[in-house]
Parts: sequence; C-alpha cells; structure tokens
Amino acid sequence: MSAASAEHHDHDDHHGPAPGWTRWLYTTNHKDIGTLYLLFSLVMFFIGGGMALIIRAELFQPGLQMVDPLFFNSMTTMHALVMIFGVVMPAFVGLANWMIPMMIGGPDMALPRLNNWSFWIMPFAFLLLLSTLFMEGGGPAGGWTLYAPLSLQGGDSFAFVIFSIHFMGISSVMGSINIVATIFNMRAPGMSLMKMPLFVWTWLITAFLLIAVIPVLAGAVTMLLTDRYFGTSFFSAAGGGDPVMYQHIFWFFGHPEVYILILPAFGIISSIIPTFARKPLFGYASMVYATASIAFLSFIVWAHHMFTVGMPLAGEMFFMFATMMISVPTGVKVFNWIATMWRGSMTLETPMLFAVGFLVMFTIGGLSGLMLAITPADIQYHDTYFVVAHFHYVLVPGAIYSIMAATYYWMPKWTGNMYDEKWGKIHFWVSTIFLNVLFFPMHFVGLAGMPRRIPDYSMQFADWNAVASIGAFGFGFSQLIFVYVVLKCMRGGEKATDEVWEGADGLEWTVPSPAPYHTFETPPAIR
Amino acid sequence: MNTLRKAHLVIAGKLSLLVIGMFGFGYLMVPIYNILCDITGLNGKTSSVAAVAPAEVRDTDRLVTVEFVSVVNSSAAWTFKPTQRTMQVVPGQTYNATYEVVNLTGKPAVGQAVPSVAPSSAAKYFNKIECFCFTHQEFEAGGRKEMPLIFFVEEDLPRSIDTVTLSYTYFDTGEKPAGAADS
Amino acid sequence: MSIGSRWLVALAVLVSSQQALADINMPVGVTPISKEVYGLHMMIFWICCAIGAAVFGVMFYSMFKHRKSKGAKAADFHESTTVEIIWTAVPLFILIAMAIPAAKTLIAMEDTSDAEVTIKVTGYQWKWHYEYLDSGISFFSSLHPEHNAARQVGSGADVSQFENYLKEVDRELVLPVGKKVRFLHTSADVIHSWWVPALAVKKDAIPGFINENWALIEEPGVYRGKCTELCGRDHGFMPVVVRALPEDEYLAWVEENAPAPAITEADTAASQQVAAADEDADREWAMDELMAKGEGVYNTYCSSCHQANGEGLAGAFPAIAGSAIANGPHDAHISTVYVGVAGTAMASFAAQLSDVDMAAVLTYQRNAFGNTVGDTIQPSAIKALR
Repeated sequence: MSAASAEHHDHDDHHGPAPGWTRWLYTTNHKDIGTLYLLFSLVMFFIGGGMALIIRAELFQPGLQMVDPLFFNSMTTMHALVMIFGVVMPAFVGLANWMIPMMIGGPDMALPRLNNWSFWIMPFAFLLLLSTLFMEGGGPAGGWTLYAPLSLQGGDSFAFVIFSIHFMGISSVMGSINIVATIFNMRAPGMSLMKMPLFVWTWLITAFLLIAVIPVLAGAVTMLLTDRYFGTSFFSAAGGGDPVMYQHIFWFFGHPEVYILILPAFGIISSIIPTFARKPLFGYASMVYATASIAFLSFIVWAHHMFTVGMPLAGEMFFMFATMMISVPTGVKVFNWIATMWRGSMTLETPMLFAVGFLVMFTIGGLSGLMLAITPADIQYHDTYFVVAHFHYVLVPGAIYSIMAATYYWMPKWTGNMYDEKWGKIHFWVSTIFLNVLFFPMHFVGLAGMPRRIPDYSMQFADWNAVASIGAFGFGFSQLIFVYVVLKCMRGGEKATDEVWEGADGLEWTVPSPAPYHTFETPPAIR
Repeated sequence: MNTLRKAHLVIAGKLSLLVIGMFGFGYLMVPIYNILCDITGLNGKTSSVAAVAPAEVRDTDRLVTVEFVSVVNSSAAWTFKPTQRTMQVVPGQTYNATYEVVNLTGKPAVGQAVPSVAPSSAAKYFNKIECFCFTHQEFEAGGRKEMPLIFFVEEDLPRSIDTVTLSYTYFDTGEKPAGAADS
Repeated sequence: MSIGSRWLVALAVLVSSQQALADINMPVGVTPISKEVYGLHMMIFWICCAIGAAVFGVMFYSMFKHRKSKGAKAADFHESTTVEIIWTAVPLFILIAMAIPAAKTLIAMEDTSDAEVTIKVTGYQWKWHYEYLDSGISFFSSLHPEHNAARQVGSGADVSQFENYLKEVDRELVLPVGKKVRFLHTSADVIHSWWVPALAVKKDAIPGFINENWALIEEPGVYRGKCTELCGRDHGFMPVVVRALPEDEYLAWVEENAPAPAITEADTAASQQVAAADEDADREWAMDELMAKGEGVYNTYCSSCHQANGEGLAGAFPAIAGSAIANGPHDAHISTVYVGVAGTAMASFAAQLSDVDMAAVLTYQRNAFGNTVGDTIQPSAIKALR
C-alpha cells in the first residue's frame, strides 16, 4: 500500500503507514485496525472451530471415547464464548472500521486512538480466557450463559473468566461509541441519514444495542463475582436472592446480543444483493424501520429463553406474543431482498452465492425460531438439539456467511486484487453442503429427545450424530479453502478495477483499488 | 477541525454516561425484580415481613388445602420435615403449623429456611404472622428444634386455586452461631 | 415377485419408516397435553413449510429466470407502499391464527388444580429424588449401575449392546394411569430440569424454589426422559424413567412400598432405603462385606467426581487415593462424607446414604486405590450420629 494523500491537515497521521511491525501496534488508521480485527477474528474462528470439532468427535459415537465430561462442558462453554465474542463481533467491528468511513465519505473513524485501544484489548482478553483451560480445575464449564449457582461451583479460574468478559465488554463498548460518533459527525456533506447505506444503518442501531446491553452483562457477571468471593447473595436463595433473577438479567443482555450478531449481517446482505441483481434495494425505508423495530422488540422478549423456569401464565403469554411479533419485521426484510432480486439481471459470483445461502438458510433458522416462540411447543424443544440446530442456522449461515460474503465482496477493494473466483465458488459449495449435513440432523435428534450439552447419548440418536460429526469435520476443513483464497488474494492476482463489480453502487467504489491509506480527506460530492 | 473534535467528545461523553447508566440499571434490576416479585408473587416467594391477621372472616365455608413440603439443601446435613403433611384451612383464619429440624452435623450451625409457594400465583395471598424463616436459626451440635409457623391464607385467593403448597428449603449459612465456642 | 411378497416389502418399508419417523420427530406422547402439544408442533411445522415453499419458490424462480446470462434486463422499481403493507399484514394474521390455539394449550398446561397424586421431584447432582407426598414413599433414582460402568471414559464397553443405553435407572418412578398427577419440582444444589417427552412435562428444578406441573397418563408403559438443564459434570447421566401402571397395580405397588408408620416416625431421614437398612445398622460387619458393598456405593455416588480410580480431577475434585482424610482418623473422614464440606461441591450425604452404605463406602475408600489403612468403619458409628 502506498500513501496517497499529499494534502496536509492538522491530523497527526497524514503520512503513510509506519514501517515495520510497530505500524500495527500504534496504528490509528481505520483500515489498519479493520484488518487487525478481521485477522484476529479469523484466528479465533479456527480456535473456536477446533473446540467444536472436539465436541463433534466425542459425539461421533455413543459412549465416552475421548474426553472427560467436565472438559466436554468446558468445550461447549468456550466454543460459544469464542465464537460470539471472538469471531462474529470482532469481524463485524472490523468490517465497520474498514467500510463505514468509506461509505459515508469520512476520512477516518471519529476517535482513532480509542479505536486502537479497543482492538488491542481483545487479544489480551482472549489470552486470559483461553488460559483458564490450562489452570487448575479447568476452564468455565457451566455453559456460556454462566447460570448461577452452577457457574459458582468451579475452580478459581472463574475470576479470570469474569475479568476477560469485562475486557471484551469494554472493547466492544469503546468500539460502539466510536462508530456512533463516526456516523453522527463524519458524514460527508449531503450524506443525510436516510441516504446512508444499510450497512451503516444496521451498525448504528447495533452500536446503540451494544452500548445499552453490554454494561448490563458486565453488571450481571460482577454480581456473580461478588456472590462467589465477597459474600453477597444476589443469586443464592439462602441469602434471600434468586437464581432465576440471574437468568432475567442475563437474557435482558442476551436477547439484544442475538440481534447484535445478526443486524450488521442484514446490512451486508442489503449491500450485496442489489449489486448482483443490478437493481436498487427494494424498500430502503422499510428496511430501516424494520431494523429499528427488531432492535426495539429485542428488549421485550428476553424471557422466551426461560419458558421452563416457572413464570406466571400472564408472563408466558406476553413473551410468546412479543416473540412471535419479531417474525413480522424479519419477514419484511426477507421479502424486500427477494423483491430486490425480482426482475433483476442477476449474476452469481461468490459474494452473491453466500448472500443467497444466507437468505435461504437464515430463513430456515427464522422459521424454526417461530416454532420455538410457541410456548407449549417450546416446552418440548427447550434445551434440546432442536434449539442448537435453530441458533446454528441463524448464526453460521447467518452471521458467518454474511461475514464471508462481505470478505469476498470487499476484498478486491481492500487488496486491489481479485480473489480466485473458482476457489471462492468451491468454498461456497463445499461449505454449504457440509453445513447442512452438520446442522440439519440436529433438528431430528432434538425433536426425538436429545438434550443439548451432553457428552454421551442413547443409541437412538447414534446415526444422526454420526452424520452431523462428518458434516462438522467437512465444514471445518473446508474453511481452509477460505484461508487459501484470502491469502492468495492478499499476495496478488488479477488487478481489480475501481468499481470492481458491474452493478456496484456506493462511495467505496469511487476510490481506487486498493483503497489508499487515507480516503476522502476532502469530502466527496453526494448526488 | 476543533469543532469536530469537540462534537466527537460530546457524543462520546453522552454515550459514556449511557454506559454507566446501563451498568447501574443492571444493578437496579435487582430491587425492581424483588418488588415485582413482592407485588405479583412472580417467583413464588412469600413476603419476608410479618403480616397482621385479618379481623373477621367473611366466608367460613370455603376450604383450601395447604400442603407442607421440606427440602434440605446439599450444603446442610440436617433432617428437616413438617410435623403435619396437610391442613384444611378456611381463608382468612389463622393457623399454627410446625416443622422439625435436627442438626446432624455434630457441630454448632446456623441455618436459614427459605420459603416458596406453589402455584406462584398464590404466594401473595399466603401470609405469615410468625415464621422461623424470618431469621437465622442457631443449633447446637445434634440439636433438635420444633419451629413454629403462624399463617393465614387471604380470602382474596382466587377460587381456581384449591391447593397451596408451602415449601421450605433449609440452607446451611456456613456461619458459626454467635457465642458458640470454636470447635 | 409375487403380490404377497410385494405387500410384505411395502409393509416392511412402512414399519421401518414409522420407526424412522419416531427417531426424527417429536413423540405424540400419552397425555392429553402432550397430544395437544404434538398437534400444535405439527401445525406450526406445516405452516412454516408452506411459508418456506412460497418464499423459496419465488426466490428460485427469480434466480433462474432473471439472470443476466439469460438476457434479463434489470427493472428499476424499488418501492411500493401497498406491497409493504400487504406483507406486513398477512404474516400478522398468520401469527394470530397460530397464537390462539397455543394460548389455549398454555392455559391448560398451567392448571394444576384437582390433582389426585402429588410427587415431589428433587434434583441432585446427579440423580433424582422422588417423594410421594400422599403415601410417604421416597427414594433416589440414579443411572443404572451397569450403564454407569459402561459410560466411563475408556471403559471399553460396547454401549450398543445395552438396550436403552443411558435411559435406565436403578429405581423407576411408578405412576398411576388415568389419574391427574401433580409434580413439585425443586433442587438441592444447582438448577436441573426434569423432562419426560411422552408426558410433555419439562420444568426447571431451582434450589430454594418450588415449581408445579402436572400430567394425566392415558396408557400404561415405560416413559423415559432426561435432565435438560446443564447441571455440571454428569448432566448427561441423570435419566428419568417413569413406569405407568393401571390403577390397581399402582395401588398394590404403593401398598408394598409404603413405609410402616412406626418406622417413618422413628426414622427422621427421608429415604425409604434408609428405613429398610436400619435393622442392619446395629450388627458388626466384616471387612469384605463392607468392601464389596462399598465398591457399588462408591461407583454410584462418588465416582462421578472422584473418578472410578479414586484419583479425582486435578483442581476440581480432590483424589481419594493417598488423601490425608481417607487415610486419617475416623471422625474427620466420616464428617467429610456425612456433613459435606462447606463452600465446595462436596455435598452432605447424610440423607442420601443409609448407615450401612455410608459405613461401607468409607471403609472402601480407606482400603482401595492403594489406600491401606486396614480398618473398618462400622454402620453403628454412623447410626450414632443420627
């Protein structure tokens, strides 16, 4: 990359990148930090994926062949924490760093130094978290939800887990503040809110969600910490507390968190589909309103994770109806995307393939979510593999596929080189086939009665678990193709044009490929 | 540029306040939850404050079954059980019941009984005038105690409820009784 | 192929697909509620299938038809308020249609009044305790010892040889057919969840709190379930087995198992097994008797944490092999098991083990895993504590 800016501003980072590795340590450049986030997330994807493969290897056959049940529990716990906080969230923040300033015609993020800190906290938070696996007593094994009183039973590694969650929280809150400030203050003249690309909109709403709920999580885990070490009894019945209250506080964070993991994905898909359909996004305004109403609804549905704790009838009714309501704005989004494709002039390059994969499989996950909303039926589904199937369908072909689609879509802009289209398509098809082999049978075993978070199971579940494990290894190893394509594209390849995609629309396609170290130091003119 | 920098700091400052506020809100959810539970009986917890018996009973024909249940938490080595399994009560009238506890630990100990009512919607109608659950209970090694409970069920108890189950779970608080010699 | 054999093949396919269907779908169950829930589940399932077919149909049609390679020219429409209103309103009506029957079932599920039998179900790490409040019968129900041995890491057992692997217990919960049974759910340690799919009963067991649920079983049979709330290391190994008997057989079973009133009065411990074993507690036991019994008790109650080889798990559960407590004076060893250790996962086993069982397991711990104290702890020593 070469420094492109010759203009002088009172910015202290107007030169090109610093030479050597200190560039990455001290960088305040949004593109550098975006790259760091994305690479960090890729590394964590393989760590979290490795844990998933340990889980699936143990579940390949009935009987305990490999690991102790306690270690199995800590694998399920860590897999969730790593994938949520270490993969999906940092990847979205990385994309936001790269794309939001370019999309709104701003020169950089609003608070560049804060940006540097919020990234560099992450590796330390995760070193702390992963190190608990090697501590006496092992890592956290009470599930990622850390339900009291079980989570209070383990070894002293618990305190490190809580601190690492605090650090992750601080990092994402700082990142979110930065994003809100950027979107509010750094837009080019003429870039009104309702002209912003949907990725910027969804991230703005996501950032507010993060700012609102991450502190609540921090509060909940701090209460766990003081219950464990300082004699408080927020969640212990003996001292007048209530373990169910922990679940209420946790899910007050937890349900908005679910949308934090999917709203930016909606934004990405809303950028990609119009490009490859060569047709503007259908119903832009209704997309914005739908996103906002999903965010609002996310605050009043939390107890649908707790239909078996013994809530009063009125409570169960309310949370059932509120949960069902979410399918309305979500449905609007899906319909809008299909209307965008309708009578377009479509081509199916890799980003579009991933977007279509997202659309199909996210809808499957959404429909099983609708089934889960029906309280009486949820009594049977709750804490079974049906739930595992549901949230993996919305998170893997949902969040993860959107991140991959975004990578393929914007990588030519980042590196200046086209990725290898053939291997990109192979990556999509191999992943999609194995992904369904992996997750679809989980619906079956869940309905037939297999609880989640168990290391061993009865014979009746054996066949489908073997199938799922084969799918898991296939899906896991096919991600090496992704690494290959990314590395190859970073090193060279066919030069990308500035516009990259024929139907692309947006400010990021008006700058050269690769995007110069500094873009839009003079604000662009908005049509 | 300076005005822009100021604008950034204003937004960051406001959002930081929101962050602190939401952290506080997390803690505020504790009293909110407790008040909600008190008002609605959300989690089946009964009031931890002594009630006053009603002056008169309007309907003496209606009978409700009160069922007594005991649980000993794994933290404690006691036996703990109700001396009566069920009682037929007239809503509005005051009744006496007892639970018996034996401390098996061979050491002085302090216990705390935690009440819970099922169905949870009955909790706010179940009132205790006197209860061993209001305070910690101290036991000598091998000590045996009959613990009293004076209660009444409010007349407003919905007619659809014919049985009220009162459960006490005994926890060892892990404290040493005040004044007990160190063992 | 003759017509007869063709029929046979068809029948075989049908039977096996019925079997196959049972392995991939929710069981219909044997209670009015479970049947309603199954009906709801299938209704939503087909509605979702219909929505999916419509959405994907339109999408794939568009993907084949509106392709650049087929010469499709992109249209330019990107807004239509009418369309937006339609696809907001139509799903809303579908949702209301789904919500009404769901609400009805929910109301029925919550109505626990007029129950004839009440069972208190208490979750322990990692077993269930059942107490028949009406007849005073009470007992623990753990994973069957043979299954427990087979499921250990490196047991080398071929688990496919076990019928109902991990779904068999040492003592089943016996319930009557045709009577409304009320369950009271609670826990003695962490949160568990008691689930029997065929009864559509799943409720969390929360320490310090009590929850209600009910079932009316319509057909005699054996119904199996699991703990569904992560409750620690052996969460996957605490099954539920319900045996539903016709009323007369059930009453006979109660008659046979109900504790004699005198014994209940004298024996303060909750367990019926404790009561039965009480007579044995006074006599002097020989070392090999205690060792033989102790091994069984150890494998059921202790090996989950302290491991079958007594080595424990570093950092989480201390070893018994070579431990100061198991090789030390009687008092401290007895107290550890009888009282438990405050602030740790070591629970009090006073209520769970009879005098004989506790004496046996203590003796076993002192003389197994390379521990060679060589003495016995007699049941009478435990009895003296009660």
